[in-house]
Amino acid sequence: MIWFWILIAGLVTFLTRFSMIALINPNQLSNNLKKVLVYVPSAVFPAIIFPAVFLDKKGLMLSIDNPQILGFLVAIIVGYSYKNIILTIFSGLISYWILVFLLS
Amino acid sequence: MKKYQIFKRGVLDVIPLTIPVIPFGLIYGVIGTEVGLTPLMTFALSFIVFAGSSQIAFIQLFVAGASPLVMITSVGVINSRHFLYGAVLSQYLNKLKLCWKVILSYLMTDQAFSVSFLYLKKNKNKLNIHFHLLGSGFTLWFLWQVSTIIGIFLGNIVPEQLGLTFAIPLTFLALIVSQLRKIDHIIVIVVSGISSLIIYDFPYKIYVIISAFIGLVVSYFLVINTKKTEK
Repeated sequence: MIWFWILIAGLVTFLTRFSMIALINPNQLSNNLKKVLVYVPSAVFPAIIFPAVFLDKKGLMLSIDNPQILGFLVAIIVGYSYKNIILTIFSGLISYWILVFLLS
Repeated sequence: MKKYQIFKRGVLDVIPLTIPVIPFGLIYGVIGTEVGLTPLMTFALSFIVFAGSSQIAFIQLFVAGASPLVMITSVGVINSRHFLYGAVLSQYLNKLKLCWKVILSYLMTDQAFSVSFLYLKKNKNKLNIHFHLLGSGFTLWFLWQVSTIIGIFLGNIVPEQLGLTFAIPLTFLALIVSQLRKIDHIIVIVVSGISSLIIYDFPYKIYVIISAFIGLVVSYFLVINTKKTEK
């Protein structure tokens, strides 16, 4: 069944790319809608980020000194300062590993 | 310029932007293996979907036991930014044959769009300019497939204790990090994030869709309001 959904995910993604190029008159996209589309990552990604950082596997809030939350804060500071994708990911991961190691 | 030269130009233009793509592909391959997807499934997503952030969202929701509808909707919403790219590019590509449109659509990514759009705009009256998008798109596609495969192999080697699934939220954070200096984006990020924590227990992992929707409604009001202040 998962294979079916992988194909559907591929089809949906293809249509987001193809529809404006081939099917729809691009002028049908209103200016307001175009502006809102710019916010899509800022609207969608936090819904994936926040639970993965602040909640445990049962969905309960982690305490503020959890390595995950602290690693996340480091990544925000580094990301904010350097605007670099790879630096953001690895600063968060490495500080997380250091904290897990120190606390164990 | 000949077709081949335009293609090569596309390849060269996109190369600087591919630097983060390779580690991102590696991370994706490792995560896919780490969360328990088969190597073939992890690779199939890269080949069939070919859109990194939505692939990671797909596998994360899949292992969390989300309803398939939530998974597919999330993929669609994350990739809805492509509508914007397509709308911008269509004026340069509308005379092409259908098979060209299919191929170029499949290859269109954030990076290929940003370099090829500049080229198409500058050279709009010339012939065969779509070979630039073919070059930039193909380069990115090729590197994404290769780095996924290497990541899958690495995933089998790296120990599970490293907790590499924590790379998932970090990756998504990294993708919006350039927005952290804009107050309107911060509002949207905080509203969407906090609502996802509040409604996390809703069935089918629907919190992703509802929070994204709330975030987009807030964005809509922000867009309307900035318009008013501009007047």
